[in-house]
Amino acid sequence: MRTIRFLLEKEFRQIFRNKAILLMIMVMPVMQLIVLPLAANYEVKNINLSVVDHDHSSYSQKLISKVTASGYFKLTGYNGLFKEGMKLIETDKADLILEIPRGFERNLVREGHQQLFIAVNAINGVKANLGGAYLGTIIRDFNNDIRLQLLPPLKFDGATVIEINSSNLFNPLMKYKFFMVPGILAILVTMIGGFLSALNIVKEKEFGTIEQINVSPIRKHHFILGKLIPFWVLGNVVFTLGLLVSWLVYGIVPLGNLVVLYLFASVFLLAILGFGLLVSTYCDTQQQAMFIMFFFMMIFILMGGLFTSIDSMPEWAKIVSRFNPVSYLIEVMRMVILKGSSLRDILPQLSTVGLFALVLNAWAIWNYKKRN
Amino acid sequence: MEYVIKTDKLTKRFGDFVATNEITFEVEKGEIFGFLGANGAGKTTAMRMLCGLSMPSSGTATVAGFDVYKQTEEIKRNIGYMSQRFSLYEDLTVQENIRFFGGIYGLSNQEIKTKSEDLLEQLGLKNEAKKLVASLPLGWKQKLSFSVAVLHQPKIVFLDEPTGGVDPVTRRQFWDLIYEASAKGITVFVTTHYMDEAEYCNRISIMVDGKIEALDTPANLKSQFKVNSMDEVFFELARGAKRSD
Amino acid sequence: MEQFINFVKKEFAHVWRDKKTLLILFGMPVIQILIFGFALTNEVKNSEIIVLDQAKDQASQQIIGRIAASRYFHIQSSVMNKEKIEEAFKQGKIKMAIVFPAGFNETLLHQGKAQIQILADASDPNTASMLTNYVSSIIQDYLNSIDKTAVIPYSIVPEVRMLYNPQLKGAPNFVPGVMALVLMLVCVMMTAISIVKEKETGTMEVLLVSPFSPLLVILSKAVPYLILSLINVASILLLSIYVLDLPVNGSIVLLFAESTLFIITCLSLGIFISVKTDSQQMAMLISLMGMFLPTVLFSGFMFPIENMPYPLQLISNLVPAKWFYIIVKSIMIKGVGFSAIWKETLILGSITVVLLAVSLKSFKIRLA
Repeated sequence: MRTIRFLLEKEFRQIFRNKAILLMIMVMPVMQLIVLPLAANYEVKNINLSVVDHDHSSYSQKLISKVTASGYFKLTGYNGLFKEGMKLIETDKADLILEIPRGFERNLVREGHQQLFIAVNAINGVKANLGGAYLGTIIRDFNNDIRLQLLPPLKFDGATVIEINSSNLFNPLMKYKFFMVPGILAILVTMIGGFLSALNIVKEKEFGTIEQINVSPIRKHHFILGKLIPFWVLGNVVFTLGLLVSWLVYGIVPLGNLVVLYLFASVFLLAILGFGLLVSTYCDTQQQAMFIMFFFMMIFILMGGLFTSIDSMPEWAKIVSRFNPVSYLIEVMRMVILKGSSLRDILPQLSTVGLFALVLNAWAIWNYKKRN
Repeated sequence: MEYVIKTDKLTKRFGDFVATNEITFEVEKGEIFGFLGANGAGKTTAMRMLCGLSMPSSGTATVAGFDVYKQTEEIKRNIGYMSQRFSLYEDLTVQENIRFFGGIYGLSNQEIKTKSEDLLEQLGLKNEAKKLVASLPLGWKQKLSFSVAVLHQPKIVFLDEPTGGVDPVTRRQFWDLIYEASAKGITVFVTTHYMDEAEYCNRISIMVDGKIEALDTPANLKSQFKVNSMDEVFFELARGAKRSD
Repeated sequence: MEQFINFVKKEFAHVWRDKKTLLILFGMPVIQILIFGFALTNEVKNSEIIVLDQAKDQASQQIIGRIAASRYFHIQSSVMNKEKIEEAFKQGKIKMAIVFPAGFNETLLHQGKAQIQILADASDPNTASMLTNYVSSIIQDYLNSIDKTAVIPYSIVPEVRMLYNPQLKGAPNFVPGVMALVLMLVCVMMTAISIVKEKETGTMEVLLVSPFSPLLVILSKAVPYLILSLINVASILLLSIYVLDLPVNGSIVLLFAESTLFIITCLSLGIFISVKTDSQQMAMLISLMGMFLPTVLFSGFMFPIENMPYPLQLISNLVPAKWFYIIVKSIMIKGVGFSAIWKETLILGSITVVLLAVSLKSFKIRLA
């Protein structure tokens, strides 16, 4: 136990000695947490729409004003030729073209049937999907308006209707930031913990100081614990800073219990730090450790369900993501912060991550060899 | 005679390459044992096996009475080691390094305190105690490393080319430290390729291409080879060496 | 010149010796293409939902049948009460719950109007609104099917065409992004770290006192990464053509020329970082936290730049990857020629020149 105290004292001294890095560790995540949710915004509004109106009728005007009034679309072009609308798409000035054919109003009234053409720049899938869907809904509404106007009231009442009463739980204002902030905080904590721990042991190898440790009677698990604890503390500090930023900047107050949140974050940190130390024991240079860690981080983050839903992944990817500690952190952060989930609710995730922590650290201790 | 190191046909192979080839020798308690050889002769490998940093491929050895295969952690409690490369923490101060290494060898706070005061006094580093190790000149760093290696009063201290790259005056001072440690009963096992330093040793062994080619007191070796200096002894032996950097 | 080639050879040997890093260097683009191409999708499908059917009649069962048949949803075993729904949400097991009131069919038949309650987990707002949309259209379809006789008058039928990417595949969007990301990573991080490492271990001084221009020392460190990066560009393109069926619509020569320009931009950035820092950890933190994330964010390949607040849109202009992303997308997907991208090329070139000038200047100051 006494050995660990000396190890901790030394690690903390080294951390505090390098003020530049310490500052980076503290300031970078805070800055990023402030900026990233503003940038990582999938809240699809302001979709650029270019209207090609061949009809110039009162109906076409009504439709256009209904579309622009919805708040989802920004009219960036109004032309009489499809070619010109297309040019806007090519230069990325428009995402969608709504083409209203000649005789739109006349045909609709006389023949009761008329087509509209929508062309979507589908390179960006999310925009294409949501933009198309929104435009579809608006046109449907517009269609109903016209029917109400044109049909005798009785006849329309006769149709069967199912009213859909939908409510948006946990985030009634549908703020995308509420969704992103806990996820981004999870990523930042992961990155800080993972990279610092991965670089640490390997740094001692590179500088040769590990020799002096290896030739001493230090127990292997003491050495690993001595590395684990300082970064664990640091990780918790960064996590706390992150929670403060989300409260002060975004007004996000965890709905669930803070103790539950910290408990999970603590166990998660043990797991990701263990992973970092494990990578560290396998590497010879900092450059190598960083690169390998980066490789895994990338997979962890991309497949962690931050931007895209894990449910939508193919079967093999779902299995892979079950071994991804980051996916559990992102999930639990959102659960506890936004939905107010309790300890009992997150118990399965907690025990899985706890198991990761155990296995990874044991593996790191096993693979740290004082003799080769 | 009591032996603190005993090896029998100790061998280390890296693939096809035999770094140390069946070396057999004993080191007596309290002596200063010089381990000589050209670069790449296998000195460091042999030393690393004895310190428990490297697993022998075959042969047997005991250090301070403990087996190098199974009892490395017991060995480590009884030895000090100073590696060829400076390996104290450059981003810690002199005092913090002493405190840390004292601590992990299990010295009490009181012991750490008195020992580090003595040590700083002895090395003349009192004014530098609170300076970062990185800022010290090489010679002082080496002396500090040595003092840290014997801080916990080990039975044996292993020194791997301790005086590489330092000036003659500092080397002389360094050997004074070695004699002091030896006087306290610490056995010194030192590798070097400075032949004048070989003269300071009680006994020396000379390794060529992974094998021990000669082992005796400096005086005996000189008379055996009928030459006047260790330089000439070494030259006689190392002439046929195939390996060197 | 001969000396220079020798230096480059030495640097190559360094890179070549580290097999672990090399493996990752070449494995990275492959894995990224695999993940983006096959694992990640912006589509929402197989979403876990729960149905509370208090009616259990013909209409509710038919609607549930239609929902179950849709690829968007996966219905978990039904529950009996509302408390269970709340619990399922809190355990993160479901994204939506649909509640049919008792006597659903009867109300529908006799009053011609019935209600369905949808509870969506809006902690993920986009998924929530998409799912609600899907359920609405399934219900609409059901209504149309029971009411076949009625001809719906005055109907507007929108006909939607997906341009460039009819199957809504992610590939056209991310292949250029992966290219920018991988090049950025290899060039900025690797050069920065390998130069700083020489500083840290003191070997830089040895090189600098050699009768060899310090500028060439730095350049010789950049050359291996330039070549490795070009190999990566080629492998990404091959993967995208043969594995993802995404051909290069424009000129391949132009694409490689622009990639070389971007690689040089990244190398200059790496050199710039290495001149300004003294430890590997610092260089790594800066290139990772300071360069990598902004690249992901501001290149526009994951997040639409036009959705960002105006100041961030301005900042995004400083990110070289943004311009490269536009260039690659234009050449690969839209198949346009140089005349359409000369502006972006010019911007990228200017950024490079500025970076090189600044780092050379501070490099000289350090030497003096």
